[in-house]
Amino acid sequence: MQAVTEVIGNAIPLNRADVDTDQIMPKQFLKRIERSGFGPYTFFDWKKDPDFVTNNPAYAGAPILIAQQNFGCGSSREHAPWGLEDMGIRAIIAPSYADIFRNNCAKIGLLTIQLPQEDVNFLMGRAEELPGGKLSVDLASQTVSVLGTEWQRHFEIDAFTKNCLLNGLDDIGLTMQYDDEIETYEGKRSQLLPSTAAF
Amino acid sequence: MSPQTLSEKIWEQHLVRTAPDQPDLLYIDMHLVHEVTSAQAFESLRLAGRKVRRPDLTMSTVDHNIPTLNRDQPNPDPLSSQQIDTLRDNCKEFGIPLFDMFDPRQGIVHVIGPEQGITQPGMTIVCGDSHTSTHGAFGALAFGIGTSEVEHVLATQSILQSRPKTMSVEVTGTLGVGVTAKDVILAIIAKIGVDGAIGHVIEYRGDVIRALSMEGRMTVCNMSIEAGARAGMVAPDETTFEYMKGRPQAPKGADWDTAVEAWRKLPTDPGAKFDTEIVLDGSAIEPHVTWGTTPAQSVPISSMVPNPENAVSDSAKETAERALVYMDLKAGTPIQQINIDRVFLGSCTNARIEDLRAASKIVLGKKVASTVSAMVVPGSGLVKRQAEEEGLDKIFVDAGFEWRDAGCSMCLGMNPDILLPGERCASTSNRNFEGRQGAGGRTHLVSPEMAAAAAIAGHFVDVRELVGKGN
Ligand code: SF4
Repeated sequence: MQAVTEVIGNAIPLNRADVDTDQIMPKQFLKRIERSGFGPYTFFDWKKDPDFVTNNPAYAGAPILIAQQNFGCGSSREHAPWGLEDMGIRAIIAPSYADIFRNNCAKIGLLTIQLPQEDVNFLMGRAEELPGGKLSVDLASQTVSVLGTEWQRHFEIDAFTKNCLLNGLDDIGLTMQYDDEIETYEGKRSQLLPSTAAF
Repeated sequence: MSPQTLSEKIWEQHLVRTAPDQPDLLYIDMHLVHEVTSAQAFESLRLAGRKVRRPDLTMSTVDHNIPTLNRDQPNPDPLSSQQIDTLRDNCKEFGIPLFDMFDPRQGIVHVIGPEQGITQPGMTIVCGDSHTSTHGAFGALAFGIGTSEVEHVLATQSILQSRPKTMSVEVTGTLGVGVTAKDVILAIIAKIGVDGAIGHVIEYRGDVIRALSMEGRMTVCNMSIEAGARAGMVAPDETTFEYMKGRPQAPKGADWDTAVEAWRKLPTDPGAKFDTEIVLDGSAIEPHVTWGTTPAQSVPISSMVPNPENAVSDSAKETAERALVYMDLKAGTPIQQINIDRVFLGSCTNARIEDLRAASKIVLGKKVASTVSAMVVPGSGLVKRQAEEEGLDKIFVDAGFEWRDAGCSMCLGMNPDILLPGERCASTSNRNFEGRQGAGGRTHLVSPEMAAAAAIAGHFVDVRELVGKGN
């Protein structure tokens, strides 16, 4: 995973609640066996509407996405975060997220920032009015700021995820350091549990 | 020790490691794998030179994009076929058992686990699929994960997770005739909302849940994710043990008794506290139909498409307005006047034998309306075979349903089974998102009985009237 420290740039205002992963990455694109190249398919059906926000050239290349509550609900497909990342998104700001989506983002170094509804509404409105307006997201200090203004907010993130993101750590490698503990656990595990070896 | 809930007990029993300021490392008892969310995980393993730690605790099948017709012919979609071939190659390379396309036991991953007895009380189960919550019906802690986590579990047979909150959803009373597990879960989601259980594991409790069959409990737990929950569970009891006994991977002989004894210790202790508690009167639940594009947008069959003006918030109003446009519905239309074009009886929510039996009772001796095309896609090859032994296939085929091979099919339409733009479908699946069953398609989620009744009538009907007439 690539390390993330700071994201600076303008933000795409996606003013919809309960955006599900079927919308972020429609199922016809889940058949690819690669991890990259999903960007062009992100919001595929919504993009057919010329007024859809990502079609506005003013937001082209924006590294931040602002969304409403329960963003990323539905399927566990990591193809949704892969698509957002591939289209250039490095940080998302929303009042709440679906759990699996949020985990998936953390694993690929895509920041999901949770801010109170009124702050999200403020940033949403600003991004709609000033498409080029820049935000700065700083992971080390856990702050979101509107560049050129005093506006700044603190966000919460758990210490483990923060450390992994800041240092680009591979959590499989981390867990493998505890191999002994996994083995000890396996030694105590009930023999009655099912196995698939017989299949 | 202070009283604990079911999920807390399982959590404790699977702790490999716990440390301050870090997520817990949990051991995973069973990892289920399918073709759509695994290819990239295997590829990364290969690149890092890593192995699958416990192929014997890993099971795979093909379900999401296999055709449900003419499987012996070349797959019409080269990308689907590549994904299926990739899974086959990966399973071979890493030594993972696979129920492949022509294996009679092949089926939807959440149907085959319980069917084979590899879903058991007290286990931790994960799969790269959000409906893994289905397995919680057995009193297992089962949850969906993404592809990076699939890779983590393949490599280490463990997962890093922060402790979820607990939620009790108690459904009291008794269900009316014609009211099913599907209606219970739709009513629950309508009450708490699609994000009502974010961060929580739900435990379903109360008389209604205890009276449900295992199939019914699976239907309820299946849709926990539709309320945002990490997982859904039902404490194991005699119904659970009865269902499991004799399944291929269930313990045998003296081992069975030892296992049952351990399982009996799992239910939530009296006095254990949940972070959130919800109570629903089960006796008041009617058959439900979704009218919108989230599973929370449902109403009782006796009512009308709601008016967005009455929504609880501005954002709910906007979501409702958008949904009505997409669904091409007008506020105030009685649900029973909505005509349908297609019926899909299938998916990991409602394609087990009991679902097919219930639907076949409604269909028996009748004909599918001339305006409707309807199909049944059994949840697994074994469900299909059993249904055929019971003659259910004949009932469906005689009525004009198509009788297909097992898979996910039109639940998400990754194979050729899709809705055409504008088509309206009564579906027993779990998601009515825009385009879920085909771009521009309109999905109404219902129970198998309600779907069957709609197929015959050509529009939604109150199945209670049919059942009441001794159908
Ligand atoms: S049947 Fe539908 S919900 Fe279930 S696993 Fe398949 S695609 Fe997912």
